[in-house]
Amino acid sequence: MKSEKVAIAMSGGVDSSVAAALLVEQGYQVFGVMLRLWSEPGREGSNRCCTPDSMAQARRVAAQLKIPFYAINAQDIFRQVVVEYFLDGYRSGITPNPCLLCNRFIRWDFLLRHVQTMGAEKMATGHYARLRVATNGNVKLLKGHDENKDQSYVLSVLSQEQLQHTLLPIGEYTKPQVRQLARDFGLPVAERQDSQDLCFLAGQDYREFLKRNAPDVIKPGKIITRSGQVVGEHEGLGFYTIGQRRGLGIQSTDPYYVVDKNVEENLLIVGEESDLRFVGLIAEDVNWIENTPPALCFDAEIKIRYKARLVPGIVEVKDRQIVQVQFDQPVRDVTPGQRAVFYQGEEVIGGGMIRKAIPISTQEEASS
Amino acid sequence: MNNSLDKIYLDYAATTPVDERVIEAMLPYFNRQFGNPSSVHIFGQEAEAALEGGRETIARILDVSAGEIVFTGCGTESDNLALRGIALERKLRYGADRILISPVEHHAVSRTARQLADHFGFRVEFLKVDSFGIVDPDYLRRIIDRDVAIVSVIYGNNEIGSINPVEELGKICRNYDVPFHVDAVQAAAHLPMRGIGNWCDAASFGAHKFYGPKGVGALFIRKGTPILPIQTGGGQENGIRSGTQNVPYIVGMAKAFELAQTEGLKNQASLIQHRDRIISSALENIKGIYLTGHPIKRLANHASFVFEGVDGNQLLILLDAAGFACSSGSACKTGDPKPSEVLLALGISPQVALGSLRVTVGKYTTLNEVEKFVTALPLLVNKIRKLLMELKGG
Repeated sequence: MKSEKVAIAMSGGVDSSVAAALLVEQGYQVFGVMLRLWSEPGREGSNRCCTPDSMAQARRVAAQLKIPFYAINAQDIFRQVVVEYFLDGYRSGITPNPCLLCNRFIRWDFLLRHVQTMGAEKMATGHYARLRVATNGNVKLLKGHDENKDQSYVLSVLSQEQLQHTLLPIGEYTKPQVRQLARDFGLPVAERQDSQDLCFLAGQDYREFLKRNAPDVIKPGKIITRSGQVVGEHEGLGFYTIGQRRGLGIQSTDPYYVVDKNVEENLLIVGEESDLRFVGLIAEDVNWIENTPPALCFDAEIKIRYKARLVPGIVEVKDRQIVQVQFDQPVRDVTPGQRAVFYQGEEVIGGGMIRKAIPISTQEEASS
Repeated sequence: MNNSLDKIYLDYAATTPVDERVIEAMLPYFNRQFGNPSSVHIFGQEAEAALEGGRETIARILDVSAGEIVFTGCGTESDNLALRGIALERKLRYGADRILISPVEHHAVSRTARQLADHFGFRVEFLKVDSFGIVDPDYLRRIIDRDVAIVSVIYGNNEIGSINPVEELGKICRNYDVPFHVDAVQAAAHLPMRGIGNWCDAASFGAHKFYGPKGVGALFIRKGTPILPIQTGGGQENGIRSGTQNVPYIVGMAKAFELAQTEGLKNQASLIQHRDRIISSALENIKGIYLTGHPIKRLANHASFVFEGVDGNQLLILLDAAGFACSSGSACKTGDPKPSEVLLALGISPQVALGSLRVTVGKYTTLNEVEKFVTALPLLVNKIRKLLMELKGG
């Protein structure tokens, strides 16, 4: 019997339920927690991270495992940090990824501190990623065993200090193995729809959310090409993402794609598909898993959004928190606001928020 | 290791463990004398004898007649039956359409009154309370009239422990022939209930607050008080509350009530000792803490506080993790606490009202448990305040 006290962040789904069961089996003193996150008033029933149903489910799993379970109120801080960031992101013309911010500031700061106050030495989650303690004592973040389910991308924002206090019990397993474990433990195998929707959008389009909560974001303006030709009107920059083709309302024989936004002048910039190909990016607010970069310039595989494929390139450290990435081959849809995460093999080295995508043309201009 | 056996239970106002003697008394009526008390045959007669024996026991304790006791499913049902039944009947008969309640009632009363106002044409008016949550009799004297359908006031407050001058309030009502209902659910474990028929017309009880089983309650309803049945059917309980009576639970309730009103009342001194130790120690050792409810006119087992800069739910979670089971006015299992209406009615700000704590002791509480608790509480409060500072600073 280990005396170490561990909190498991539960969602009611199969992954965190199996993680909890594994911890109990390993002999930890386990208690379950679930965050009550912010929902728009009147839509509390449909927040996909903490519906009454999922909370009831988590509570039942905890009862079955004979562990205490507590709901922690994070509504105010979630509204202040995550939702504000989401709205500010659209105000400044980027496509924000609030889930990463939630991991960094809500799950691994607010919640981790709470469970530590409750006496837990570590907090566990049901993410598909693995942790390894290196010889120097540092914790390394590795991809999950199940490549299809790997969630190391969303954990790349965690600090070394936070990782030191984290356990990821299901990272060693594949999804089918986890389902089997759930059956073996006699746990419900029900799952939340695997959706990329944000929890607080309550299943609705983010554009509707913006209209209700940040009407100032919705300023119609002109759509222009890179050469400055006006080709249409946009409904508000927040409604468009880089790489988008449909719904631009432009009459033209050749398809136009959103390639950039000019927030100062409220212009949506469109171009051809080839304009979407980027040779590199600048990322800022870089988090290094082991606190420092492995070298000032290193080869890596880069992921430019959660579900993107890894692409090879070179990461050049400009400053501790700013890097420039050069891809070996041009890459499509590099989107400011998303995070670029750098891998070496199965190990996450670090990641930063994409500030600027470097198009082929700029590079040619710069080198000529 | 994580189960409740090694934990300290300080939430007797929420519910109590069933006394062994009560369990003993109940057992024969599950599978031996299991009959339906309405049946003609011997099985039914045995069950009826047990049922009526229970009724007589409770009537004797209250010094009322057995016909004035109606068994229900719980204290909340008793409150509902009294309020809804009396108010509706008085409206039908006399057109009385005002309901007077205090602003510190249990939801069983306040939400029933609200529904009567929203859907049945009543006007709800609130009596005045002082900062301890004690009702002002003079105000009742000023506003009461014959158009009042019912006055309902909580006897001993579940959240803040204060004891209301119900006898005085009841006598005011009787001068106007207005029915007076008391919610005695908390008080029954701690105050003598004998003779309540002299000043009230209806009183609600729930067995699980005094070491009886959950799921059974009773309503004293004074003879001649107009009341419309709320649950209709086979006409049991004098036609006031239809439905086959839960004989074993009723037997258990009667036994528990008898124990509570005899040896229970004799044991109040030790409860008061525990209560006062908790109150004085907390007030002494914690900054920014306030006692809620009256310092003296309060239930013998009841200590309640609000804290500045403490999230009450968080405190409960921490207490539980440390092995202490307590409660709060805003207790919420889903992480979405709302400030208690009762605390707001005392003039406490919503922010501070969210930092409430209720500690209620009982007959199985030991001095050792109380000492462990008073040692732990200041440390946990400090931990929470420190966490809050960190989260604000970082």
